[in-house]
Amino acid sequence: MDDNKIKIEAKNINFYYGQMQILKNLSVNFYENQVTAFIGPSGCGKSTFIRLLNKMNELAPNSSVSGEIYLDGENILDKKTNAVKIRRKVGMVFQKPNPFSKTIFQNISYGLQLCKTPKKLIPEIVEESLKHAALWNEVKDRLHKSALELSGGQQQRLCIARCLAIKPEVILFDEPCASLDPISTSKIEELVLKLKKYYTIAIVTHNMQQAARVSDQTAFMYLGELIEFSPTKEMFVVPKEKKTQEYLSGRFG
Amino acid sequence: MKNKIIQQVSFLLIGACILITLFFLASLIYFIAKNGLPVLSWSFLTQPPKDAMSSGGVAPAIIGTFYLTLGAIIIAAPLGLACAIYLQEYCQKGTVASIIKIGVNNLAGVPSVVFGLFGLTFFVKFLGFGISILSGALTLAILILPSIISASCEALNAVPNSIREASLALGATQFQTIRKAVLPCAFGAVMTGIILSIARAAGETAPILFTAAAFYKRGYPDSIFSETMALPYHIYALMTEGTNPAKQEPIAYGCALILMLMVFIISLAAIFLRNKYRRKNG
Ligand SMILES: Nc1ncnc2c1ncn2[C@@H]1O[C@H](COP(=O)(O)OP(=O)(O)OP(=O)(O)O)[C@@H](O)[C@H]1O
Ligand SMILES: [Mg+2]
Repeated sequence: MDDNKIKIEAKNINFYYGQMQILKNLSVNFYENQVTAFIGPSGCGKSTFIRLLNKMNELAPNSSVSGEIYLDGENILDKKTNAVKIRRKVGMVFQKPNPFSKTIFQNISYGLQLCKTPKKLIPEIVEESLKHAALWNEVKDRLHKSALELSGGQQQRLCIARCLAIKPEVILFDEPCASLDPISTSKIEELVLKLKKYYTIAIVTHNMQQAARVSDQTAFMYLGELIEFSPTKEMFVVPKEKKTQEYLSGRFG
Repeated sequence: MKNKIIQQVSFLLIGACILITLFFLASLIYFIAKNGLPVLSWSFLTQPPKDAMSSGGVAPAIIGTFYLTLGAIIIAAPLGLACAIYLQEYCQKGTVASIIKIGVNNLAGVPSVVFGLFGLTFFVKFLGFGISILSGALTLAILILPSIISASCEALNAVPNSIREASLALGATQFQTIRKAVLPCAFGAVMTGIILSIARAAGETAPILFTAAAFYKRGYPDSIFSETMALPYHIYALMTEGTNPAKQEPIAYGCALILMLMVFIISLAAIFLRNKYRRKNG
């Protein structure tokens, strides 16, 4: 079995807001059916980087980028690459749950309608996605109630379900548990572990234990540079770099 | 101790301000109602004026104001919303957008009689629509356009970016995002802006003075190219012209009362629609 098939290959990424360089010559590989965690102090560019993977940062005014990110051989950063097509392949779950102020059902069918899924199939996919996101049992009797009535953790799982519904190949999580309590957090962690069988996953987190629990590879970033990128098991036991060691042990200036 | 006194004095002052405001509002309604109610009757609402406007009803003016207001909203609402979408969603940070926004805000401060003159030269004469409902509605439309644009811009601005990101990340184009995710969120606030504009359009006199209003017109308007009577102008005419001021004055108050009620009813209907929509999408 080929354990390390590369799904996304980011090469020499530089990113600027105006004159300020946010990402410095970053190169990272994302392996298929593995979870890659991004850790590092606040403001080091983790969000900026993973938002490049689904062309979300190209909306930012006066930003510029260089380098290449290949998804199955197609360069995501190429201006000619269709953003809609990429975003259907690369889904994203944001830090704060952001359901639409529509019903639970409509939240999930939203993306399906966009890709012209036949109406007959939608209820089935909605159920399947909710089951996948471990939310079905809690909401099956209130599918047509507003999604805003759900708790924060349920909303976040709804956002995951919404993302799963359009069957992406890669899922990006940007601190998905930042606003959640420990129980919701562990539910989402379980979910991530379950989902990696089917998807390639990137997750940004400030929680070292979380990175250690869910990820196969860990990338440690500092001030826009990739300091260390290695299998999680190795990095958390014997970090190669001094900076990584300091960060992991909480001694950081 | 000192803080407490300051606090109580400021509460008193604020309370006094509210009372003064309410007093003027209440006395306005009271005087209009007191002078207007006696002439109100079914025939006043449904009959045309008689005897050089010194008796009879004001039905043509009611109909005229209804057409003018409706026309103005039908023209200005989609246009204003489209402008707001362009300014807020498509060129948010550009210099073009900020120049347009400054222009729009300045337009909102232009006196309404200036819009009337513009309507006269542009719609009535240049485009040849004549003194007509069409010219009047167009003039009223550009008069309320700035406030509809600003209200809609505010409404769109209040929609959190996370909603746009959620939609884009699901593979929606920017246009789909605006139509299916942003507008449903902003709809209530946009409607509120439009409701306020209804009142403005219904009550303005100067813009229709030279573009749509007739002092007296036999019968009802039969096309958008016919001139029409309208309540605000009718009030003005009753109070300044004619032969029998003593009989005309109560009719003017009746018109004012009807105008207020009309605006009230149209606004209620719009608020009802808005709430119904909100419930469906809430
Ligand atoms: N729109 C913007 N314009 C200018 N600078 C920005 C913008 N967005 C982010 N930045 C800067 O880019 C840098 C990286 O931000 P980013 O959000 O990627 O950090 P992060 O690692 O995700 O931090 P956190 O862990 O707090 O989420 C920060 O220094 C931030 O100030
Ligand atoms: Mg971040």
